[in-house]
Amino acid sequence: MKRSLVALAVLGLGASLAQAQEVIKLGVAAPLTGTQAHLGKDIENGVRLALDEYNAKGISLGGKKVRFELQAEDDQADPKTATTVAQRLADSGVKGVIGHLNSGASIPASRIYNEAGLPQVSPASTNPKLTQQGFKATFRTIANDVQQGLAIGKYAATKLGKKVALIDDRTAYGQGLADEVEKAVKANGGSLTGREFTSDKATDFLAILTRIKAQNPEVIVYSGMDTQAGPMLKQIKQLGINAKFITGDGGCTGEVIKLAGDAIGGSAYCTQPGLPLDKMPGGKNFNERFKKRFNADVQIYAPYSYDAASAIIEAMKAANSADPAKYAPAIGKVNFPGVIGTVAFDAKGDIKDGAVTVYQFKSGKWEAVQ
Amino acid sequence: METLLQQTVNGLVVGSVYALVALGYTMVYGILGLINFAHGDILMVGALVALEAIRLLQLHAPGLGLIPTLLAGLSVSVLVCMLLGYTIERTAYRRLRNAPRLAPLITAIGVSFLLQTIAMIIWGRNYHTFPQLVSTTPLEPVAGVFITPVQIAILVVSAVLMVALVLLVNKTRLGRAMRATAENHKVASLMGVDTNKIIAATFVIGSGLAAVAGVMFSSNYGIAHYAMGFMPGLKAFTAAVLGGIGNLGGAMLGGLVLGLVESIGAGYIEDLSFGFLNSSYQDIFAFLILGIVLIFRPTGLLGERVADRA
Repeated sequence: MKRSLVALAVLGLGASLAQAQEVIKLGVAAPLTGTQAHLGKDIENGVRLALDEYNAKGISLGGKKVRFELQAEDDQADPKTATTVAQRLADSGVKGVIGHLNSGASIPASRIYNEAGLPQVSPASTNPKLTQQGFKATFRTIANDVQQGLAIGKYAATKLGKKVALIDDRTAYGQGLADEVEKAVKANGGSLTGREFTSDKATDFLAILTRIKAQNPEVIVYSGMDTQAGPMLKQIKQLGINAKFITGDGGCTGEVIKLAGDAIGGSAYCTQPGLPLDKMPGGKNFNERFKKRFNADVQIYAPYSYDAASAIIEAMKAANSADPAKYAPAIGKVNFPGVIGTVAFDAKGDIKDGAVTVYQFKSGKWEAVQ
Repeated sequence: METLLQQTVNGLVVGSVYALVALGYTMVYGILGLINFAHGDILMVGALVALEAIRLLQLHAPGLGLIPTLLAGLSVSVLVCMLLGYTIERTAYRRLRNAPRLAPLITAIGVSFLLQTIAMIIWGRNYHTFPQLVSTTPLEPVAGVFITPVQIAILVVSAVLMVALVLLVNKTRLGRAMRATAENHKVASLMGVDTNKIIAATFVIGSGLAAVAGVMFSSNYGIAHYAMGFMPGLKAFTAAVLGGIGNLGGAMLGGLVLGLVESIGAGYIEDLSFGFLNSSYQDIFAFLILGIVLIFRPTGLLGERVADRA
């Protein structure tokens, strides 16, 4: 008799615990298949780590204990799929979205999140347009391409050479960044020998590189992803072109070094919005936690997606509610020390004081030079 | 001039890979009237299997020279792809031989997804570096044109394989049986040709060529990944249509023309259009040519007028 009473009490306690713990779903949207899957997975893992850590700490909103769960959707780096995925997330009752990776996916999806009243924080989309649409709950934790393009153009024209050839991959990201580079090159006394175009699925750049070779530039700027930048470096060598090479964050990865093999050397540069992982205030510690949890290296975006998830949860804590309508205004007001530095947003939703770092290829890896 | 020559070389190299793949499309179409959309993915499987074989060889037989390692990897990949081609025909297409034409077409698309997904499970989603066993360092430039040993190898191997295929089709018993089956299945089988065997042989040969094309593609660019078959597959299909689908010579010509048009198009479109268009219209340029050719020659460059066979 006594024993069954205890059992009843335990059962009751269990039930009340389960009742008290409310599940809050956060959406992650990124390319989880396709050529950029490794970067998409990086984003997903960053968010997963943040949610795990908040769950371990135990968060209460409105007097109820809550547990965060992640719903990951694959946008295939494709604008059309991104809108489908955005609608699915909105319909499935997530309270906020971390994503997408590609600007081309983030921008059309942001309209759907905005209509559904869902806050969106992108950890990777750098196209300036994303936060210029007047949506109240669209944010990003990464510096935008105005800042990055300015840095690339300035560095190219002042440090690498005045005659610049520009290639972009015609994605919203590549094109947006290249436009800013073009402006900055001209503003810093450089000139453009030509502007060429490829796609984010191309592997053969010999035709455009041959054309560039005839124009004899001192610097080639590539505005696109690592999976193109790697083979491109090889083909630059193949054609005997003696120009320096600089690319943006999409090409600032270990993948590029692997893919370019012996064709990458000291004349290759890249830029990265934000600080290098080891210079981020929480970088070293984050890297260790990340490695322990996933047994994988941070590619690029995990710290940004971690901080994006943290920004959403911090805003929920400040508003004491997971209701998007209530906590969305609080995202703009967050100010906390994240992995990437202080996380706070300006009036448009861009991260405040987004820094850009220039890297040079030295002894087998990207090393920060400026 | 140097630039034009360089663009021609670029175009010929890309074009000969397209041509090899296009042969597979055109052979199957010629015999079955089926567009085998999984063909591009066989190229991908070829490249990845060769990658795996080469890695194993480098690990266990590091003393083997570069070229023997490559040839061994290539042989393994050709064999695997031939087997794969046979299996696909046997399991996915043979049962639909007498079904309406749309059914095998949809099945082909399904097989394409299946192959990609299986490759993604086995090899993951990342780009792999493909060991470039034939050097990609350019030779001493001739007339300002840079060409690498691997590019020369691609040109030579494709030319040899194409000649071999033409000889096979035109001079051997198997070739005669293939031509007979292409002309009319029923009559061919009445004449004692085992059409099922011939069709299987067509798939096996086409898949072997695709495997070679895959290894050449990856050796040239130094990369391999599970979705790499899509673009060359699409381009090769275009090349096959451009040359006249069902016609072997057409597939080769189509491949080379497409490669040249793309390369020269990307290099000169801006000058030709007085700055109005630029290299982002590279693909449009290629398809524009396809459109124009098809308007004036609906059966492609070398295609013959085929009476409705269905």
